[in-house]
Amino acid sequence: MLDLLAVLLTLGGLVFFAGATMGILRFPDFYTRLHAAGKLDTLGALLTMAGLAVYNLHPFSITTLLTSLKIGFAVGFIFIASPTATHAIVDAGVRAGLRPWVKQEDEQK
Amino acid sequence: MHGFFLGAALFLILLMALSLYRAAYGPTVVDRLVGANAIGSKTVVLLIIIGHLFSREDMFVDIALAYAMLNFIAVLAASRYFHKRKGLDAVEEEITPRIHWD
Repeated sequence: MLDLLAVLLTLGGLVFFAGATMGILRFPDFYTRLHAAGKLDTLGALLTMAGLAVYNLHPFSITTLLTSLKIGFAVGFIFIASPTATHAIVDAGVRAGLRPWVKQEDEQK
Repeated sequence: MHGFFLGAALFLILLMALSLYRAAYGPTVVDRLVGANAIGSKTVVLLIIIGHLFSREDMFVDIALAYAMLNFIAVLAASRYFHKRKGLDAVEEEITPRIHWD
């Protein structure tokens, strides 16, 4: 039962990671790429590491519980750090004067 | 379960290789920064999976946590360094026309 939950969580996280990579590769400009990368990487890391933490509890003891709690702490750190890093990169792009992507007919006006 | 996590690790490595395209050929410097940040955040998960494959979760969780902090500080420092048009001028004329925001 716990194994099934761990597999489902890990597969969901891998789906979100695949979406993030697809967005990084295919979106037209820097801001949209960062939009995909910032959100989907955070959620993919949460789901994958939650799956690993659940699977880690398999022979339940104090040691495995502490390791799973440490994985949870890493997830909490990623949830604070990843949006902050994303905001810092966006700030660098805006201050450098990068222009957001617009549709072609809007550009000609 | 061992094989499943091995497959998950290989899939993550494939995604990191795809993100490396953006880090290598990104038109601007901040695009490369996006690719490097994506690779770094996948590496944290990959380190924990590797720790599970080697049955040393207690050790690799610490390594992953330290790597997450290091990646965060590296991205912050790089974005602070590049936020004054440094390195953006080389390709900027063809890719993105210059505009000055308030």
